[in-house]
Amino acid sequence: MSATAAGGVRPISFTAHRMGRAARRRRRLTRAGTVLLSVLVLVWTIMPIYNMVMVALESGGDVFGEHIWPPQPSPHSFWIVVTQGYWYLENFWHQFGNSIFIATMTTLLVLLIGSLTSFSVARMQLHNGWLITNAALLTYVIPASFLAIPFYLIMNHYGLHDNPWSVIAALVTFATPYAIFIFQEYGRSIPLELDESARIDGASPVQVYFRIYLPLMAPALVAVGTYALLLAWNEYLYQFLLLSNKRSMTVPVALAQFTNSDQAPWNYMMATAIIYALPPVATYYAFRRRMSSGLTMGGVKG
Amino acid sequence: MASASVTLIGRPAARRRPLLRSWQGRLRGSEFTWAVAFVVPYIGVFLAFVVYPVLYGAWMGSSPHLYSELFSDPVYQQTLVNTLLFLAFGVNLKLFLALLLSGFFMQPGWWIKTLLVIFVLPWAIPALPSFISIHWMLNGEWGLLNNTLYILFGIEGPSWLNQRWFALGSAIASHIWKWLPFWTVILLAGRMSLPQEVMDAAKVDGATGLRSFVYVTFPMLANLYLVLTLLATIFLLGDFNSVFFVSGGGPANSTHVLATLGIRNAYDMGHPELGVAAVMSALPLMIPLVIILMRKLRTTEVQL
Repeated sequence: MSATAAGGVRPISFTAHRMGRAARRRRRLTRAGTVLLSVLVLVWTIMPIYNMVMVALESGGDVFGEHIWPPQPSPHSFWIVVTQGYWYLENFWHQFGNSIFIATMTTLLVLLIGSLTSFSVARMQLHNGWLITNAALLTYVIPASFLAIPFYLIMNHYGLHDNPWSVIAALVTFATPYAIFIFQEYGRSIPLELDESARIDGASPVQVYFRIYLPLMAPALVAVGTYALLLAWNEYLYQFLLLSNKRSMTVPVALAQFTNSDQAPWNYMMATAIIYALPPVATYYAFRRRMSSGLTMGGVKG
Repeated sequence: MASASVTLIGRPAARRRPLLRSWQGRLRGSEFTWAVAFVVPYIGVFLAFVVYPVLYGAWMGSSPHLYSELFSDPVYQQTLVNTLLFLAFGVNLKLFLALLLSGFFMQPGWWIKTLLVIFVLPWAIPALPSFISIHWMLNGEWGLLNNTLYILFGIEGPSWLNQRWFALGSAIASHIWKWLPFWTVILLAGRMSLPQEVMDAAKVDGATGLRSFVYVTFPMLANLYLVLTLLATIFLLGDFNSVFFVSGGGPANSTHVLATLGIRNAYDMGHPELGVAAVMSALPLMIPLVIILMRKLRTTEVQL
């Protein structure tokens, strides 16, 4: 009896043991794969960023050297940029201000126009509002760079040459469609009965918009606002075409001009690039949780 | 990222839901005026900055002899090849990698979460600084990439940007570097919103690893993947920065794509009509894409 019992038990424990070993081996392989893939992803992601930091920390002559770490790292270049101590950087803070102005105005206008439109179309259900939704959808799928040349010429017709408002107009044009979608989508979660009861109580459309719609839409407003801000900060082509004066141009345009000079001081350029990249990175990580992943979409149209 | 909310399954569009018509049909006089007043700003923007430029561009590029001039330009012929390669590799490689990486980032563990935070950096950093950095990194003599190859492995790397195919490859790789996090995060959100019951049922039935991906996960993601492919194609067609700053269209104008060639014809050659013509020549590809995409975006709830 006991022999059969033992005989019956042993094979089971034996297979269990073998399976355990196979499973352990598989787990170890998966783990090794994960580590390998992690390292690859990390190196791939970090390399250009590391390069930016490394070059920014070099002093002039070191830029042209065969090394992968600056021989004498120093924050000198950052100091030069911050104090505008190089002739290419004379207007750095002014240009930084231009970038901030354009980004702020774009964000405010996108939020205003987008929320008004979606309120009228989705909440008040304006007759034939779907036409507007379709117009927005169409704008969303036209690549911005394809419209750049006629847009530039038209800005001259409008008398907006070398004027920040021309850039703001372009950015608002390409960011608002996205705002309209998100607001319409998000608005579906807010019961229409709220508007209804406010209306019965005698509220005008303007009051419903300010007192009910906007407060309830706050999360979507934050998300779209972040999106518009990042889009404006990312954009280069329109700013390059529409702004030509040293005092009216923005940081990316000035930065790109660097590359055209023969004696490009790469360490100053990279220091400028890093300072320019800090606000959007900070904004992104601050609002990361609030932006539903899709909200990142518009960056593609830069 | 965990809070990402992408709805993607081919649900019937929301307009088929019973509408709560609170204002509709009963918009009284002043309310109707307000409703119209609220959409006026957007209609104004649309007419002034979309319709007018589109018509103006169409008018600029309407003369047939522009196109004979364009097609006989050897730079344009090269550009067409580049654009097609850029599309074929850029879109598919990027989305396929994004699909794989989204699975990778589904794994539990603090290390994976930390890695994801780092991984999205290229998306958060503005395009221009990164592309300038990549341009310098790929410098044949002093660039970080060749220095690293030499110091670590003793390999003399090629001068990446001085040869057409290497330069085009670099531009494509830079584009993928910049946009891979974005598409990965979207697909990650897509995977997260898949119904867990189905995954569990598949697991009980013995589908694991590759089988579960091929027969369960991917069929459920297929619609999203298709829409993303279409969107990525259109966005990539319009991508100006990655080519302009990484290869600059060089060497000898051999790595232009349509977006950069348009600007080059218009400004470097001072012939805006030819620039518009270059962009317009993408219309045979663009129009069907836009039509399919607009249908898909309207009828599927892909919330991007």
